[in-house]
Amino acid sequence: MQLFYLKKQITMANYIQRHIRLENNSVFAEGKEIFSIDKDEEFKVFAKSVYKNYEIKYGKFYKMDALSKLGFLASELLLKDFNKDDILPEQIAIICANTSASLHTDVKYQNTLKEIPSPALFVYTLPNIVLGEISIRNMIRGESLFLVQDKFDADFMAEYVDDIFENTNTELCITGWLEISANEEYKANLFLVSKQESNTKFKATELKN
Amino acid sequence: MDELIEKLKVQLIAQLSLEDIEPDEIDSEEALFGDGLGLDSIDALEIIVLLEKEYGIKLDNPKDGQDIMHSVKSLAEFITANQK
Repeated sequence: MQLFYLKKQITMANYIQRHIRLENNSVFAEGKEIFSIDKDEEFKVFAKSVYKNYEIKYGKFYKMDALSKLGFLASELLLKDFNKDDILPEQIAIICANTSASLHTDVKYQNTLKEIPSPALFVYTLPNIVLGEISIRNMIRGESLFLVQDKFDADFMAEYVDDIFENTNTELCITGWLEISANEEYKANLFLVSKQESNTKFKATELKN
Repeated sequence: MDELIEKLKVQLIAQLSLEDIEPDEIDSEEALFGDGLGLDSIDALEIIVLLEKEYGIKLDNPKDGQDIMHSVKSLAEFITANQK
């Protein structure tokens, strides 16, 4: 995908502060496995296990669809004990992508059409709702975008995120991949990016997927 | 009535995905919305679905919903009065 607009040259580097990946019933922080359950368990069991293991308390969790649970859990771990007190809600952005959109929930919702359509499923039949759930939880009111891509486009995501740091008042950004397919193959790969210098510069090659 | 109330608690937990709550933790006369169980507008719609699916009752006037769904007990009373 190419960006067709005039843009200022990116003048300042951004840095990856944290990286969380949820995949194959394991949780990885900065590439190291920190939690896992039996690989044969379904996603619902894994999600509840992560929720309980990290003693997360959020009444809405169980009402979320699978994509929102995945994004919520990944963001909870990404932001755990991260001090963002000096950052305004409007300065926090969230830019994510996947390939299945909200298909996992779309199929479940479609099944309810045979009898009575489910309102609780209907509200999750758009992939960007996961961004809404993360935003409500963390008071995020900055730039927000959810893309549907054939596969993760690291070059585009890196360029887009750098651009919003350069051309908006963004000070902190959650970015990455949040995918759950219709047959429940899932992967969350989230990065926390800011201008604060760290060991890892934010660039496409670092957005390993 | 007591049997229906207990049945409703189980059904509400399933319909509304209240996984962290046990039936005996729901007070029959506690408010379902607001400060009580903390249900929201989507939950209200799901309760309407439950009434139709499990009890064959369609809510003709949504404005009556607030009184009908005040508590598990008021819901049970409505079902008893209107079930076909």
